Order: sequence, then structure tokens, then C-alpha cells
Amino acid sequence: MSLSRGLRAALLAITVLVLVVVYTPLALVVLNSFNVDRTFAWPPKDFTTHWWDAAIHSTGARSALWTSVEVALAATAVALVLGTLAGLALRKTRFFGRNVVSLVILLPIALPGIVTGIALSNAFTTVLGVELSLFTIIIAHATFCIVTVFNNVQARLQRLGGNMEQASMDLGAGPLTTFRLVTFPMLRSALLAGALLSFGLSFDEIVVTTFTASPRDQTLPLWIFQNLFRPNQGPVVNVVAAVLVLFSVIPIYLAQRLSGSTAEGLTGAR
Amino acid sequence: MTDTEAPRRGTSRVSRLARRRGVTTGLLLTPPMLWLGVAYLGALAALLVTSLWTQDDFTGQIQRTWTLQNFRDLFTIDVYRTITVRTLSIAALVTVIDAILAFPIALYMAKVASPRVQRLLVIAVLMPLWASYLVKAYAWRGMFSEGGLISWLAAPFGLNTPGYGLVATTIVLAYLWLPFMILPVFAGLQRLPDSLLEASADLGAHSWTTLRRVVLPMAFPALVAGSIFTFSLSMGDYIAVRIVGGTGQLIGTVVYSNIGAANNLPFAAAVATVPVAVMLLYLAVVRRTGALENL
Amino acid sequence: MKKISSRRLTVLAGVALLALVSGCGTSSGGGSSTSSKGFTAPDLPMKKSIGAMEGQVNILAWPGYAEDGSNDPKVDWVTPFEKDTGCQANVKYFNTSDEAVKLMQTGQYDVVSASGDASLRLIASGDAAPVNTALLKNYGDIESFLKNRDWNSVDGQMYGVPHGWGANLLAYNTKVVKPAPTSWGAVFGDASKYDGKVTAYDSPIYIADAALYLMKHQPDLGIKNPYALDQDQLQAAVDLLKEQRKSVSEYWSDYLTEVQAFTTGDSVIGTAWQYNALTAAAEGAPIKTVFPEETATGWSDTWMINPNSPHSNCGYAWMDYITSPQAQAQVAEYFGEAPANTKACALTSDKTFCDQYHAQDKAYSDKIWYWTTPISQCLDGRTDVRCTDYGDWTTAWTEIKG
Repeated sequence: MSLSRGLRAALLAITVLVLVVVYTPLALVVLNSFNVDRTFAWPPKDFTTHWWDAAIHSTGARSALWTSVEVALAATAVALVLGTLAGLALRKTRFFGRNVVSLVILLPIALPGIVTGIALSNAFTTVLGVELSLFTIIIAHATFCIVTVFNNVQARLQRLGGNMEQASMDLGAGPLTTFRLVTFPMLRSALLAGALLSFGLSFDEIVVTTFTASPRDQTLPLWIFQNLFRPNQGPVVNVVAAVLVLFSVIPIYLAQRLSGSTAEGLTGAR
Repeated sequence: MTDTEAPRRGTSRVSRLARRRGVTTGLLLTPPMLWLGVAYLGALAALLVTSLWTQDDFTGQIQRTWTLQNFRDLFTIDVYRTITVRTLSIAALVTVIDAILAFPIALYMAKVASPRVQRLLVIAVLMPLWASYLVKAYAWRGMFSEGGLISWLAAPFGLNTPGYGLVATTIVLAYLWLPFMILPVFAGLQRLPDSLLEASADLGAHSWTTLRRVVLPMAFPALVAGSIFTFSLSMGDYIAVRIVGGTGQLIGTVVYSNIGAANNLPFAAAVATVPVAVMLLYLAVVRRTGALENL
Repeated sequence: MKKISSRRLTVLAGVALLALVSGCGTSSGGGSSTSSKGFTAPDLPMKKSIGAMEGQVNILAWPGYAEDGSNDPKVDWVTPFEKDTGCQANVKYFNTSDEAVKLMQTGQYDVVSASGDASLRLIASGDAAPVNTALLKNYGDIESFLKNRDWNSVDGQMYGVPHGWGANLLAYNTKVVKPAPTSWGAVFGDASKYDGKVTAYDSPIYIADAALYLMKHQPDLGIKNPYALDQDQLQAAVDLLKEQRKSVSEYWSDYLTEVQAFTTGDSVIGTAWQYNALTAAAEGAPIKTVFPEETATGWSDTWMINPNSPHSNCGYAWMDYITSPQAQAQVAEYFGEAPANTKACALTSDKTFCDQYHAQDKAYSDKIWYWTTPISQCLDGRTDVRCTDYGDWTTAWTEIKG
């Protein structure tokens, strides 16, 4: 390593310090899920498992969780297809408007959620006359998830170049066979990284969702939003959040197993 | 077939390939461009059109008569300028704070930590993203409150909590979006070959100099890439500011209250063009840094 | 074109109705509320008898008015209704009165819980039908002071069933605020005494609270109804609120924010719902509420039915059920408001509930200025000036918060 000992120690210290700050509110969430006080008074006077019990019996939370999983899976599936297509299309080719295409793909995530939200809501309800539903949430989520897949695919293709596929074609394989046997395996971990990010983005999205969901469709963030502001439900929400943090280990672990390298799998590092 | 014959018939192969590639590109691009280019951009355009209409206050119906009144209000009523400036300042401040915090962490993760520690750190950075945004904001509300964790910790130093307001909003937003800055910077630094750092050291550069002259310039596009997220996410926020913002309001609040309470979509649409314009300008500027390839 | 002109007619009709009907607000002033000469309400048929249940009903409700146990299994009064009647209840929540009007006008909903600032608009636009109260078993038990009021009837014909009501009170921290306040002046004129600890409701409608204060303390402004403000009167209210803002710690818009702020001491005085104050007190906060001498603003909600409802029998069944003593007791305690059917008072889990909320206190109810949407035709009957409408109030509210 070419960084001096002092610098490395300083970096470590900053990292630890920031992580402590990052985890303090999360620890507080877990602590408050046991706090008897319905409005999370500090310091807690006493502890109870009552909220955990209530959360387990909350069918609203459970169905909202499944709605969120459903939406995130569907949006991710769409994003995978469209993002991969766009990534493949833009490889190596230098055509007029290439930058415009990347910009258009980037735009839904670069513009604030509230803009995307009201634009889509307006398009659905007044322009197209479609009633808001689970389907409209999925469309909205897929729109801003495409970029995560696209970026990962494009970066991977750029790094690996086209030699392998060229060789495959030279050996007589058709474009589809080449894609199945060469390109896809090459892209697999990049796709996984993109899919995971896309799933996460969709899962915790609230702003765009607020505008594109009909009040009957409740994703988990919407459920949390509605229940956080009811005095008897606040602590139950803390339980749900605590559970989410604990369960987030699962997708992260899966990504690590499937992609070989966690860092690459999760960040699309290349 | 074409491919095996290629060496002999160079030029025509190139042009044919190019044509074929053009067709393939077109085919591949059609579905995503229909989705984004037509549907999404169309929705944005429709929103812009709506901002030129007006609303009937009694029935809440949109009246399709062309007017610039919404924009006139937006630019002539002082409070909107104040709010715009305030929102942009907070978004910029959040971005700078996140960049300052993310850089050392990303550097430690990418260049100092052992592979095992690196893996753990990536998980540690990603985990908070899964806890709901709202729950985290509410946890901060508890910390900022009178007698909350912050005043409890600050009391021995004779300090107090900043209370609810713009300071709290900035801190919470910086907290919420920090992972969105760390990840691209980490990815960017990982791509930086170790040999480059070694070469710099071999040439007699102090590590501080290496950091300043080699690492930082190389990481800059990644920092800019992260800033797109932090800036845009902060600019559109209306929820965190409602939870810890005290009396403060941002552009997002104005858009939201015009849609939610007043049911005035045309004016909300007019207000929403401000962040769109700012973001397009921002993207145009940062495109030169190559940041867009670093997302 | 045809559509627009008929809509315009409806608007005009509505405006005329509002100008006439709300001529005297809802306060203790008394006076005429039904002199509707020259106005013809949309001629809509009234239901004659209850037929066979249709198997479902689409309900549009304020959050907390139609709980089905999905959030908390113990909070459930929709399921018993479904079992009783065989009508499957599809509940949709709305967050503002404007949203309620917008959704009701789509025609997809059978019944709606409309606040005073939505109910008249629905009557005027023909989206709420006259209600045959003889078909409702529980109607007779509803407090008479809620019947035939400006916001739920025309010419003595009810357009809905009263559901519940409440006042926006002045809450204060008994340890900090001494002596106990008796006037809204504590959060307006004297707000600086509790600098950075004052709280206020985060909505343009809160401007009416300032107007109410000015009505009593600056008579020369000539405010007769806090929802009918001309440009100068609005400006005076805005100035007062801008002055207040300097001392405000935060504007609240949901239960938890305010309860928490009072419990931690971040807020010590400000407008509150009885429910918030009682919740904070239950958490050990030293909090009390007072109905100030200037009186107060408040809300009163009415269940209304769509005239073209394909599920009108289930709709009537719902209106009857939700105003039954049992359901009223549950809703009132969950939401924190006075039940319209005071037979519910014997069934609340806390037997003092109705007293705390003044459910049977007509004099108390009459003092409240119930929320009404401000429109450009002055609600106090003035015809020589144009009043400020809700859009103006929204803009003003943005300016106040700065």
C-alpha cells in the first residue's frame, strides 16, 4: 500500500465514526420497537414486546409487504428486459443521438421523484384515462429502475469488449445462440447487481408511489406513511422497520453467493 | 458466412456490418425508447402543457385556456424565489457534506480494507438503505427533540439540539442519501489501479500529495455521479422536511401542497418545472466530466 | 362544450346556494339559513324504500372512519357490517376535502364522509342525493343540534347523516404556560412569550383561526365570518400569522407530530385536537386544553350518498350501520371526536368519553365555526366585494411559512 500509515488510520477513524452515526438511528428504531411509550419518549421508561406481538398480527403490514415485493419484482423484471436491450443497443455503436438516449434513460432517476410522480399520475389519469392501480405503480417504478440495469450492462460490456462474441460468431453460432451461451453468462453478475439495486429502489420508493397508487393499493412505504402518524401504530411501524433491516441481509447474502464478489455484485463496481 | 469472407472484402463488409448493426441497434432500442422516450417524455411534456392551463377553484376542474399566469405568479411572488434559493442551497450543502463524508470511507473501502473487511463494509453501507426512509427520518426526529439523544449527548459540552428546522433537514437529508454517494465513489476508486498509487509514491510523492494530485482527480467523475443522486433527491424532498423541518418549506412542499391540499395541478406543474430546469442544466454541465458513465 | 356549459350552470347554482345558505355561518348568531328563494337545488329523486342488498358498497372515507381490522385486528367495525348485511365494503381513503370531491365526482363511489367544506359542493354539483331519513333506524338518536344545518341540508331536506364533530382547541403545557390561557391571544399577540415553542396546524384553513381572533379583537376590520375574508381582511390575518411564525417551532399536520412535540416539550402551546391532547396526557405530558373565549374552529362530518349509486341499498345500510351506537362508539374513540349518535356514550370503553368531547353539549357545538371552503362569493352575504378563495389561501399559506 502506498498510502501512509497515518492517512490509513485517519481513514479508518472517519469510517468508523460515520458508521456509528449511520447506525445510531437504526439502533434507536430497534430500541423503540420495545419502548412502552407510544410516541418513543427518550430515554425509554420501560420495555415491552407488545408492539412485536401487534406487528405479527397486523394483516395490513403483511399484505403491504407482499404488495411491495410483487411490485418490486415486476418492476425489476421489466427493468431487466428494457435495460439489457438498451445496454446492448448502445454498445460500441456511435450513432447520432447516443447521448440523448443515455440522457433519456437517466432522466427518470435524475429528476426529483415528485416531478416523475405528478407527471406520470397526470398522464395516467387525465391523458390516458387509466385508473390508478398496482399496474400503474409497476410501470412508474420500472421507469426509474431501467437505468440501474442499463448502467451495469453497459459498463460490463465496455469492460469485456466484444472479442468473445466475435469468436462465437466466427465459429458459426447465430446471434441468439451467442447471446445465450456467451453474452448472457458474461453479463450475469452485472444483471444481478442491477436487479438488486432496482429491487431496493422500488421497494423503498414512496414519492412516485404516492402519486401513482390508488389508495387501495398499499405498498409497504405507503402503509408505513399512513401508520406512522397514528399514535397506536407508530411503534408497530418501528417493529416492521427493524425486521426489514434484519431481513435485508438475505438479498445481500444471495447477491454475494451468486456473483462471487460482494462488492462487485452489489455496487456494479467494474 | 460474411464474417469468414471478411478479410478479402474489407470495405464492403464494414459498410454492411454497419448497416446491420444499425438495424439491430434500432430493433434493440425500440422497446426501451418507446417506454422512456415516448411514454415518460410524453408525460413530462403533458405536465408542462398543464402548467399553462388554469384551474377552477370551485369545482377543482382544470380549464384548458392558455395562460402564463402560473409562471407569472411563480416569478413575481417573492416567497417562491426564497423557497427556490433555499432548496437549491440545501441540496448543494447536502451534496457537499455527502461528498466529504463519502470520499474517505470509499477510499478506505477500496484501497485499505482487506477483501473480507471490504465485503463487510459494503454490507454495512447498504443495510441502512433497506430500513424505510420514513422510519429513519422519524428516528432522527426523536434524536433532535428537546431532551432527545442529541441534546442528551450535547448537554455535557454546554450545547443543545439545533431543534427542528433547516439545520435538522440538511443533516437528515445528508444522512439519508449518503449511501447513494458512497457506492459510486467506491466503485470509481476500485477501478483506480493500485499501480498508479505506487508509481506516485515511487516518484517521491507524499501520500497527501498522491491523494490530492492523483486519487481525487481520478475520483472526481464518480463524486459528480453521486452528486446527481444526492442533489436531485434533496431537491425533490417534501417528507423529511415535514418531519424535522419545523416551519421550513422546500420546492417539494410547495408542489405537494398545491396538489394535495389545493388540488391545483396547473400551478404545481409550473412549480415542478423549476427542479426539472435545474436538473437538466446540472446534467448538461456534468456531462463534460464524464460523470454519466460513472453512475 | 355542452358538458362545460352544464358544469358552469352547476357552478353558478352552487355559488348561489352557498351565498344564500351559508349567509350566517354556523356560529351563535342564529338567523336564516334556509331562505333559498331563487335557487333550485338539483332535482334528484329520494329513495323510497330499502330493497335487496346488492352485495357490495364502495365507501369513500377519511382515514380512520372505516377500519376493517387490517391495521389492528381489534379496530374493526367494517367486518361486522359485512357479516350483517352481506355487503362487501370496498373502502377508499382520501386525505383532503378536495380529493373527496374529485373522487366523488367520478361517480364510482356510493357513500362518502364529507366535511363541511366538501358537503355543499357535492350537493350543488348533484353528486349527493337527498336522504330519506325515515329509512334509517338510527337517525332518530342523532343529536338534534346536528340535523338540518347549513352544511348538510337544503330547505329542511337532509342530504346526509351526521357522523361526528370536534373543535380545534388551545392546548398548553401546564408547567410552562402560567397562568392558564383563556384566549387565542396566547398564540397570536403573546406568542413571543413562548418563543420557538408555539405550534400551529399546517393547512391553509388555519388562516381562519387567525381571522377568528381578529374578528373579536379588531372589530374595525369588519370580519363577520372567518371563512369570508376580502383581500384586506386576509392580509390582516396573514400579517398576524407571519408575526406568529417567528415564535413557531413547527406546523403539525398529523397526530403523532404534535403529540410527540408536546410530550418532549418541543411545543408548549398551540392549536390541538382533543384527541392529541388526551394522548399526550396519557404519555405523561403536563398538557391541558381550553376552549378559548373567542370560540374556535372545528369540523363536522356527514355521510352522503351518490344519487346514481348502483348499490344504494347497501349504501343506506352502511349509513345506518355507521351511525349505530356500537359503531359510533368505536369510530369516535378511535378517531377522537364527538359521536353524532349520543347513544354511543353508554358504549364507549371510557365512560367519560362523551363528556370529554362535549358530545351532548349543544351550546358548545353552536360556538364552533365549522370548517368551510372559502370561495370568491363572500359566505357572510356581502356582495360588494370579492372574497378570497381557497386558492388564494393556499398561496397565502405558502407565504406565511416563508
